[in-house]
Amino acid sequence: MNSIIEYFTDLFKGLSSLWAGMRVTGKYFISPGAIVTQQYPENRKTLKMEDRFKGEIIMPHDENNQHACTGCGICEMNCPNGSIEIITDRVPNAEGKLERVIDKHIYHLSMCTFCGLCVKTCPSNALAFGQKFEHAVFDRSKLTKVLNQPGSSLKKEAKK
Amino acid sequence: MSEEIIKDVMVGENEDYIINMGPQHPSTHGVLRLEVCLKGETVKYLIPHIGYIHRGIEKMCEADTYQQLIHLTDRMDYLSAHMNNEAVCLCVEDALQVEIPERVKYIRTILDELNRIASHQLWWCAFGMDLGALTSFFYGLRDREHILDIFEESFGSRLLHSFVMPGGLMHDVHPNFQKRTKEFIKYFRKKLPEYDQLLTGNIIFQNRAKGIGYMSRETAIGYGVTGPSGRGSNFACDVRKIAPYGAYDKVQFNEILGTGCDTFARYQVRMAEMWESMNIIEQLIDNIPEGDYTAKMKPIIKLPAGEYFRRVETARGELAVYVVSDGNKTPYRMKFRTPNFSNLFVLNTLASGHKIADLIAISGSLDLVIPDIDR
Repeated sequence: MNSIIEYFTDLFKGLSSLWAGMRVTGKYFISPGAIVTQQYPENRKTLKMEDRFKGEIIMPHDENNQHACTGCGICEMNCPNGSIEIITDRVPNAEGKLERVIDKHIYHLSMCTFCGLCVKTCPSNALAFGQKFEHAVFDRSKLTKVLNQPGSSLKKEAKK
Repeated sequence: MSEEIIKDVMVGENEDYIINMGPQHPSTHGVLRLEVCLKGETVKYLIPHIGYIHRGIEKMCEADTYQQLIHLTDRMDYLSAHMNNEAVCLCVEDALQVEIPERVKYIRTILDELNRIASHQLWWCAFGMDLGALTSFFYGLRDREHILDIFEESFGSRLLHSFVMPGGLMHDVHPNFQKRTKEFIKYFRKKLPEYDQLLTGNIIFQNRAKGIGYMSRETAIGYGVTGPSGRGSNFACDVRKIAPYGAYDKVQFNEILGTGCDTFARYQVRMAEMWESMNIIEQLIDNIPEGDYTAKMKPIIKLPAGEYFRRVETARGELAVYVVSDGNKTPYRMKFRTPNFSNLFVLNTLASGHKIADLIAISGSLDLVIPDIDR
């Protein structure tokens, strides 16, 4: 007799526990306001990342196509993965002295782990994090980028 | 293992059936192969085969400076990335005897606990899914999203945020950090009881979790099982209590101990830890002192020659970092004692004699993260 009572109490306890769970899911089923899913590819127009989002490394240029990179190579030295390569050149300036300028600031996105050391250690704040996060491409070579724009030059006031 | 035991184990009887669980298996979060010997449906023994995602992090650390190697430790236990970073930083700060600002200690502790909640949320939803409750997966990830948003706002990345630097933090937290954390605590205090209604009380879940995978206190100590898995067996191993770091000595919190020693006890410890973590955050979030976000550090850190050792409590147990320095800017040797490595090898003892379906529940309750084992 006892075992039969036990059987039925267990059964009802089990059913009530299932009911408690179903009540939670049912509550969300009938309240569409609680839905948090983002419709990602459709909301690309309105999707805004946080300001500090580490999407990719960029070199901000101003309206005169000038950047702040002096080509000192501190970011290259600090990068743990070798994802930054700097090719510098020496050109004579107005006084006729040879001056170091960057020829190419090469950034291998495929090797980057977004640790942020290059942006943090840059003495002239020439690098920043961009917001772009859709990096899928068909060809690996497209992930190697040159950060300084063609024809760009060094911002004079940034030089110390 | 001595040779005799290996011979004993390897030569199964005729009716034994040896299957490979993994390397790709939905219940092992990562790539782990378990060689399971079955008699009928009962597990006789199992041998874990590790190393599928061995990246040689310890060796790679020897080529990096102390600031650079921080980002490698993210990739060990990626669900408690912040604690991994902190372990190395504490070690370096110890060696240099730098006094770090109070503000840094408070923020680090808050981030530790936020990361712990996020990790336990992911464990909860994955554990439910392992046992067949798919709904829990969505509910856990929904709430985890709130923490990841806070992380994204402050550090720019959601999972692998190399935010802690030797001497302090990489930059200050976002001005919204306090407000959003408080909002999250208020939100999650309402949502956590739902977890209990949905899964903890569920009769199917309870029948699958109770009495499965008995780990006695002696076994836990013997194998070095730490973290919530060890505390489920009444083994007081919380580093936050034993050797407080950060701001843990300034807060009141209980070390959660379970006495059931089974899968359900380990489950309950983790659920209770989420409440406890919220208590810790609430005590600290209003009292963050003003100040610098980093101590003054040299651009190139050179540790004095010697051996340094620090340990922290990650979401899975005790992580210890051992650095041997010869005075250069890179470590001579770096050794990580990761919690999952010890937690994995108790699996044979726990699962032997149980059915193969219970093996999933047992390995789920240990909360294994495979990159942490292989490193």
